[in-house]
Amino acid sequence: MAAELHVAMVAADREVWSGEATLVVARTTSGDIGVMPGHQPLLGVLESGPVTIRTKDGGTVVAAVHGGFISYADNKLSLLAEIAELSDEIDVQRAERELERAKAEGDAHAERRADVRLRAVAAR
Amino acid sequence: MGAQLRVYKRRIRSVTATKKITKAMEMIAASRVVKAQRKVAASTPYAQELTRAVTAVGTGSNTKHPLTTQAETVTRSAVLLLTSDRGLAGAFNSNAIKAAEKLTARLEAEGKQVDVYIVGRRGVAHYNFRERKITEQWSGFTDEPSYGDAKKVAAPLIEAIEQETADGGVDELHIVYTEFVSMMTQNAVEARLLPLSLDEVAQESPSKGEILPLYDFEPSAEDVLDALLPRYVESRIYNALLQSAASKHAATRRAMKSATDNAGELINTLSRLANAARQAEITQEISEIVGGSAALADATAGSDR
Repeated sequence: MAAELHVAMVAADREVWSGEATLVVARTTSGDIGVMPGHQPLLGVLESGPVTIRTKDGGTVVAAVHGGFISYADNKLSLLAEIAELSDEIDVQRAERELERAKAEGDAHAERRADVRLRAVAAR
Repeated sequence: MGAQLRVYKRRIRSVTATKKITKAMEMIAASRVVKAQRKVAASTPYAQELTRAVTAVGTGSNTKHPLTTQAETVTRSAVLLLTSDRGLAGAFNSNAIKAAEKLTARLEAEGKQVDVYIVGRRGVAHYNFRERKITEQWSGFTDEPSYGDAKKVAAPLIEAIEQETADGGVDELHIVYTEFVSMMTQNAVEARLLPLSLDEVAQESPSKGEILPLYDFEPSAEDVLDALLPRYVESRIYNALLQSAASKHAATRRAMKSATDNAGELINTLSRLANAARQAEITQEISEIVGGSAALADATAGSDR
């Protein structure tokens, strides 16, 4: 069994992150799922939520993913999302402002987006 | 300065000004082509992974989905036409419109009703002028389309295809756009987007001949397909929008280049004419002086006598 898997996280208009990892945890519609090297081929629908990637050198990459798919086969894992941001790219103040605005306006989608962003930053 | 010469000089000045403008537009378009091409390249990984996933679900399960099943009798089709907001792009828009008209005529000959969806002000203007019905239209983003724009365009189309035909839904979705082949070549092409034929998708996927593993679907193959297909359509429309934008800029660049060349040629011809006019003027002046002094000399010679 290979000790690491190749991860590619791609958003609709760019590749967000790619590299080797030992564990990827993501939230599918039926619950959190952890993928380690040698996992059975998998194709799942993602909920919006933070995705945690443990890289091979022990670091952790957290990204906020809004909808999308996870697919794993041949030791290659791809995370497809329309919008995906690494936690380092997230502007906390802006996300907080947006959360407040979304709450005030009752925009459930925007609220969820902002919430996911903040959680991704908190998990860093 | 003679009248003739003055007219030439004025025309040279005006053509020079035009040439400067077209030259600037050419350079702007050239830089935008590069940017648009880069965007096409950036969207490729997502499209590839998505195609792979669709192929995987399609071949790995026997799921039936409205977006992949061919209706037995097609009564209504939707045609999505991608044009640009601005002209000055040679035959770019007219080629796309022509391709759409041809497709519409073919579909109508097959006894189908055609709903037209248009992106870009040029296409909208063309249809409005002929007082033809446009089901839905979008404009304002054709130069630099974003994924959000593609989603906006895709949403009503997916909705229409999921609706029953009797309630005003459509059975097929065709797209007409301009494919970016190279800087010099762009072709207006038409493609059937839906219902999806999985064989075609499998052919397009980069990993031809590769045996796909037996996937475990989470939560189920139906749900995955349900979520996957609209995304696939969006990504295809996004790609078409980007290619269309790149083609438009390339067409503008070419049109402006030939305009600049023509202006240069015109300036050359006009300066030759102006030179000839100036020379003729000088010759005339000399002959006038010579003639005048000869007459004067004759007159003095006469009075001496």
